[in-house]
Amino acid sequence: MKPFTYERPTTPAAAAAAVTRRPDAKFIAGGTNLLDLMKLQIETPGHLVDVQDLRLDTIEATDDGGLRIGARVTNTALASDPRVRRDYGVLARAILAGASGQLRNKATTAGNLLQRTRCPYFYDTYQPCNKRQPGSGCAAIGGYGRPLAVIGGSDACIATHPSDMAVALRLLDARVETVTADGTTRAIPIADFHRLPGDTPHVETALARGELITAVTLPKPLGGTHVYRKVRDRASYAFALVSVAAVIRPDGTGRVALGGVAPKPWRAEAAEAELPSGAKAVADALLAGARPTADNAFKLPLVERTIAAAISDARE
Amino acid sequence: MMKLSFEVNGTPCDLAEIDTRTTLLDALREHLRLTGTKKGCDHGQCGACTVLVNGTRINSCLSLAVQHHGDRITTIEGLGTPGALHPMQAAFVRHDGYQCGYCTPGQICSAVAVLAEIEAGVPSHVTADLGAAPPLTNLEIRERMSGNICRCGAYSNIVDAMAEVAGVKA
Repeated sequence: MKPFTYERPTTPAAAAAAVTRRPDAKFIAGGTNLLDLMKLQIETPGHLVDVQDLRLDTIEATDDGGLRIGARVTNTALASDPRVRRDYGVLARAILAGASGQLRNKATTAGNLLQRTRCPYFYDTYQPCNKRQPGSGCAAIGGYGRPLAVIGGSDACIATHPSDMAVALRLLDARVETVTADGTTRAIPIADFHRLPGDTPHVETALARGELITAVTLPKPLGGTHVYRKVRDRASYAFALVSVAAVIRPDGTGRVALGGVAPKPWRAEAAEAELPSGAKAVADALLAGARPTADNAFKLPLVERTIAAAISDARE
Repeated sequence: MMKLSFEVNGTPCDLAEIDTRTTLLDALREHLRLTGTKKGCDHGQCGACTVLVNGTRINSCLSLAVQHHGDRITTIEGLGTPGALHPMQAAFVRHDGYQCGYCTPGQICSAVAVLAEIEAGVPSHVTADLGAAPPLTNLEIRERMSGNICRCGAYSNIVDAMAEVAGVKA
């Protein structure tokens, strides 16, 4: 690791100000992804601002019948919350499908949203990567593409977003609440939070420099049957090849979002109108315009089959 | 360099000058000479470095020591002693839950925490009913231990040891 200084402010605005002041500063919460990347010198912050004393670790009911989840609520605490298990089962299921028990105990809600891709070329510092080193090129395109994106990528980057939790938050229309150094707050719809790579794959979110996530809010419960199906190379503790988050109502209508196939959680509201027609129609609509590589073309039929499995799970 | 105070295995520890880059794992091993906790992959993938922080299991390799000012850490050395083994340590010995032993301190810390997590009602990927308390089954134990790798392949004996401590049939 490169040397860095460290501080623990006590208010969100002070934390945002501390990161805004120094161009080489970063927030640290659980650190399970950031420290991994710092050891590999993929991330080289000169200053870390620890958010653990900001009191962002509670889950509270909102006035409109939803939940406000503090940015530092751990993945374990969120998946264990009785309200989440009862009313937002797809979120609990998605979180529990990811990482290991040790990591979920440490990883936080905001950190999970901000984790970086697991594209093997992003991790290999001897390879060009536009996300790691803007303008250096993309070794994944034309390289080993099995785990990578089939849709939403660009000529500069075909990395996927690795989160399971974010797929469920996209399905639930969550909002990401933030604060900046001057105390200004805003709520970013999750659909607008993660950016597609275009020609700037190193810019991954809508956050401004120094803007701190304080909470993620969920609207009031959707009802329906909640399903999260994850297909991976091992039965546990592996990233998704394909995942499907779904909420299906008794009349067959509902919502569907995909993980493991795109640079952000992938949802198309138009595709959801096809749900009563079955998995093939939904998959075709969700993946219209897909550009798979020879290595990951298998994800297209796998998406259809996993949606079919999710619909079948919901009927049980 | 920073100052750090925390409690390790019931003993208050003060480190007058610690490099901010020091992980909790390296602080335990290199500064406090508690070498029971092992460094395997150093990237949170193998679980050999698992310790309990305020009673919760984490990968000590993916945590900065300075983030643990004021915390209560329990390592394998704090669970039991050679003369008075923790029930999980005794069960690992009885069931041959290891071969080379390198992953064992992490396995045992994780195993103790897994039973506490099930007891506390924390659900897992294989919990069928999110509305009910998770059952203490072989399937639950295996899923919850997936963050601890054993290259000797002692998994089935580890599950037997955990089941015995939990008082169930594996």
